[in-house]
Amino acid sequence: MSVLSDTAADTLRFATAGSVDDGKSTLVGRLLHDSKSVLADQLEAVAHASRNRGQAAPDLALLTDGLRAEREQGITIDVAYRYFATPRRRFILADTPGHVQYTRNMVTGASTAELTIILVDARNGVVEQTRRHTAIAALLRVPHIVLAVNKMDLVGYEEAAFAAIAEEYTAYVKELGGPEVTVIPISALAGDNVVDTSAHMDWYGGPTVLEHLETVPVDHHLAPCAARLPVQYVIRPQSPAHPDYRGYAGRIAEGTFRTGQQVRVLPSGRTTTITAIERLGRPVETARALQSVTVLLKDDLDVSRGDLIVPAADAPATTREVTATVCHVADQPLGVGHRVLLKHGTRTVKALVTDIPSRLTLEDLSPYPHPGRLLANDIGQVRLRTAEPLPLDTYAHSRRTGSFILIDPADGTTLTAGMVGESFAGPDPATDRAKDEEWDF
Amino acid sequence: MTPPLDTVQAGESPYALSHPDALESEAVHIFREVAGEFDNPVLLFSGGKDSIVMLHLALKAFTPAPVPFALLHVDTGHNFPEVLEYRDRVVAAHGLRLHVAHVQDYIDRGVLKERPDGTRNPLQTRPLTDTIQQQRFDAVFGGGRRDEEKARAKERVFSLRDEFSQWDPRRQRPELWQLYNGRHLPREHVRVFPLSNWTELDVWQYIAREHIDLPAIYFAHEREVFARNHMWLTAGAWGGPKDSERAEKRRVRYRTVGDMSCTGAVDSDADTIDKVITEIAASRLTERGATRADDKLSEAAMEDRKREGYF
Repeated sequence: MSVLSDTAADTLRFATAGSVDDGKSTLVGRLLHDSKSVLADQLEAVAHASRNRGQAAPDLALLTDGLRAEREQGITIDVAYRYFATPRRRFILADTPGHVQYTRNMVTGASTAELTIILVDARNGVVEQTRRHTAIAALLRVPHIVLAVNKMDLVGYEEAAFAAIAEEYTAYVKELGGPEVTVIPISALAGDNVVDTSAHMDWYGGPTVLEHLETVPVDHHLAPCAARLPVQYVIRPQSPAHPDYRGYAGRIAEGTFRTGQQVRVLPSGRTTTITAIERLGRPVETARALQSVTVLLKDDLDVSRGDLIVPAADAPATTREVTATVCHVADQPLGVGHRVLLKHGTRTVKALVTDIPSRLTLEDLSPYPHPGRLLANDIGQVRLRTAEPLPLDTYAHSRRTGSFILIDPADGTTLTAGMVGESFAGPDPATDRAKDEEWDF
Repeated sequence: MTPPLDTVQAGESPYALSHPDALESEAVHIFREVAGEFDNPVLLFSGGKDSIVMLHLALKAFTPAPVPFALLHVDTGHNFPEVLEYRDRVVAAHGLRLHVAHVQDYIDRGVLKERPDGTRNPLQTRPLTDTIQQQRFDAVFGGGRRDEEKARAKERVFSLRDEFSQWDPRRQRPELWQLYNGRHLPREHVRVFPLSNWTELDVWQYIAREHIDLPAIYFAHEREVFARNHMWLTAGAWGGPKDSERAEKRRVRYRTVGDMSCTGAVDSDADTIDKVITEIAASRLTERGATRADDKLSEAAMEDRKREGYF
């Protein structure tokens, strides 16, 4: 552990993905081990467990495969979060499973990631699960993708093997409208190009995985969105010291608010003025995205949990008709006519699935029209009608106010990850219509 | 030579919050989500540093109103007196409600049996889950951090427990963006971990920044201890030292606070928060590796206890 300066710009949230047996856990173990982020007792535990299994060398995958079933089967079932730091940056790593059955956990990791490392086995190249994970990362607008071509030691560290995979993959991401890609040849087992530069691949001139993680810019690559404050909780002390205090507490999703600002409360649409902003008890003039605050309003409006406070001059339209691109993450299917709950920000409303116009075919990215329902791990487009109007931004403008989840009202299962808007990927649908229509599946 | 396919440059967002501000804001958001969506939440409070930081965050989240939920302490009967005194002092200072579940009651009634090794930590699960069911708590805040242990690293922020309080890692809900799903059936409850993304060092740096008062055992002091399983345990009526063990006075401090029978002290001269932070940053041992006997029982000790309903 190193003591770092305390700016969040020094923190990178990233996720790993890739097919089973491509070596994700070994890569993560190698990254932690070679960056000296593993403490002595953790290493000792891994060495002990490896010896018990009759393995000659410590199995670095055991650092992250923390569940009994994972160690028994040698696969990763669920997301593990790891925290480590180098002198240059702090990292939050979501180590996610490769197995198709657990794709929902890969979606979990990607939804908050700024970078995804996708692994392929140099012997097998790009396979269906590579395409699925890449499509999900692009869909969730993860700003950076790294393709780590692993097990280079098993193809003789040959440049040609690497170049063919890099070319095929880069073309696939481009077709997908996904973000820029960095391709790195590695051997997680031997430690080539993970933290230390490989002695076996002098034909490669790029960064190691860790060098790239330390230097990649942390940003969101989304079009700027106007200020948004979802109301989480109404604070009313009703005490002698604060008989009339009524504060609207929430975490600012986007933009900046200031005292004196004219705001609109949605969905009611009434306008008023911010009289005060408090940051956890301290009065402030302005507050910005991701800060948890309490705002006080001039007029005694009916404002409650689920409402959205926005600038009076820059309010999103409210609608009961939602079109979205979705990843279906539950075992039970989502079908036309299903009644669900939709959670957007702090508001949960009833919704009806009115149409499923298409499902994405991963091999060639073609739309399969009107599939009728989506099954576990499907990516598709869905239309919904909601019981109450919702103030929605597109996901291309905000990962926070353009996202929602669908919930099964019967048992509470999280069914589907939803992203508002018709577009699949690409920087901004408003300025990039041609590409959108092309990929409007 | 194949050129790199992408060039990158260092850059930083002008809108980034400081690291402790980002962690604080995220934890407050989680507290408010639970207060907004659940009928009867409760905060597990052991008097340890993580639960003390949680209480501090909860006080800030709802200010100037009081914390809208009660505290629950599972008293093993082997607690450090300094910690019980601290607990009662903060409860009184903030006008909080406190539930206490006593392991000793269960032993006296014959429901639980003292273990041969004297460790009472695993015995907490039954009083904890019974109290959750009896009081109908539907959300239970815990101070667990994902950096503590590899089974904890798999934990969601909102973790659904069935009517037997069991954790099933294969059935965890995907947790997408910051959209936490707290839906549950009657008698199920949700364990909530606002400090999921904090590390031990983050907790200490936040304690320093916020000037949070802690029980004295976190700082170096002279104490009568004896060695067992490569740890320094506090001598006392709970069951040590045995005839083969020898008590001695040492200058020590605690990195975690739990049951006296299984929480070890470390040799230390760190008697201020700044010295503690320096010591932790240089340590080559994890918090639990250094001081927790219960996690050394087997490779999956924590996972097995969590499945049964341990926090």
